[in-house]
Amino acid sequence: MPRDGELRGYLRQDGRKGIRNYLVVCYLVECAHHVARAMVACFPERGVHLIGFGGCYPNAYAARMLTSLCTHPNVGAVLLVSLGCESFDRAALEKAIRQSGRPVETLVIQHVGGTRKTIEQGRAWIESTLSAMEPSPTAAMATNELVIGTVCGGSDSTSGITANPAIGRAFDLLTAQNATAIFEETGELIGCEHIMAQRAVTAALAEDLIAVVAKAAKYYATLEHGSFAVGNAEGGLTTQEEKSMGAYSKSGSAKICGILKPGDIPPTGGLYLLDIVPDGPVRFGFPNINDNAEIAELIACGSHLILFSTGRGSVVGSAIAPVIKICANPQTFRRMAEDMDINAGRILEGKATLDELGREIYDSLMATAQGKQSASEALGHQEFVLTYKYFEPAGPSCLPLA
Amino acid sequence: MSQPVTDARLLFLNPKDNVCTAIAAIPDGTMLQISGNTVVTRENIPLGFKIASCNIGTAESVIKYGVSIGSATRDIAIGELVHLHNMRSDYLPTYTLERDESHAPRR
Repeated sequence: MPRDGELRGYLRQDGRKGIRNYLVVCYLVECAHHVARAMVACFPERGVHLIGFGGCYPNAYAARMLTSLCTHPNVGAVLLVSLGCESFDRAALEKAIRQSGRPVETLVIQHVGGTRKTIEQGRAWIESTLSAMEPSPTAAMATNELVIGTVCGGSDSTSGITANPAIGRAFDLLTAQNATAIFEETGELIGCEHIMAQRAVTAALAEDLIAVVAKAAKYYATLEHGSFAVGNAEGGLTTQEEKSMGAYSKSGSAKICGILKPGDIPPTGGLYLLDIVPDGPVRFGFPNINDNAEIAELIACGSHLILFSTGRGSVVGSAIAPVIKICANPQTFRRMAEDMDINAGRILEGKATLDELGREIYDSLMATAQGKQSASEALGHQEFVLTYKYFEPAGPSCLPLA
Repeated sequence: MSQPVTDARLLFLNPKDNVCTAIAAIPDGTMLQISGNTVVTRENIPLGFKIASCNIGTAESVIKYGVSIGSATRDIAIGELVHLHNMRSDYLPTYTLERDESHAPRR
């Protein structure tokens, strides 16, 4: 097992350290997507990742997300690709990246003179910047500098008894060393908010935890998207609180230190809840349209790496941060072994205990933090999605340790 | 596991639990060790379902993941299946939904 002190990170100007040193190409409207993708396609397996926002109309959430992602510790340089007439404030984004100490360039397709010229200029900038990034200095990185997010997707009846509680054990190992761990999906916590609130570090935060779950319940009810279904009882789940506990068990047993909104950087080590449900009335549709929307938000909060629990067999990875797949179901694992990092289904076959799997997940994430490719990284997965949302800033009681 | 002997087909998620989860289908009439006690199942227990690991009295909490997931609606004996027929949710929604016709389900 890697010990504290054996981990090295890319030191950034804000003091945070990255476990990867990626060059990010970011399109600022769908109209610039093809041009940006064509640049990235020339640099396979050289750590050049594509992200972007498709919308033409301005959105404060999307701007904050791209600012957080372009200044993420795993990112070493950024190329912005603009069509020219979209609403996105590219100057503000470029300024924020420059102030973070990273090399940055903006190419405006309408100014450069069209598709081909922009792709050529972009490729040249990427090539020279990659060369300049080669000898990036690293520094010793302590375990308590790691930020780890968790998400579940493609769940089945095994998720809540194998992979999720095993991730909870790994989270306990992380938070015991004052690393930062983030769990999310308040819509999946309906029914256990009072249990969760007992773990809050302050009474005011306990009230906030109950309130964010109530917000999620109301939001999903308006979308006519209930949580407990007939199929859950057929799979052996009896109550809403039992189902929610299955998802909630990813959080482990540490005290909850605060509630984050997408883009908030956790102010301390310990366990945080990410509130992914928008504020105000329902607008722009579902809170998150797929698992990658949630992964992007965990990364925007500074997550270096994502622990992804799946029963039915998701294959996704992500731009910017490695994704480690913890497969809950042993049959799924055998069918899709190349896509999976950990077989938590061994619990169902009596071949491992939850504590052993928690340690295995911890060891796997430490090895990945030291540079080993996760299964989804090795297969080239770099999914990314960003949609319109609306958030209000978190109140002071949500971050009592700040 | 630190528990007294429990059948390998049963999974305790937390030491405080009074139910365990079947990680294999267990037929009716199977002799099982649960926390050192020997019981014989009185129904089929499908994979993923819960079995009482001690006697649970009416209105007592059913504990899984170390927390209450609801209450017994009648006395439940060790080794019995625990599901909709003998327990219920204690969850009382703390939020209210405005009854607004514009949000009424379209069916």
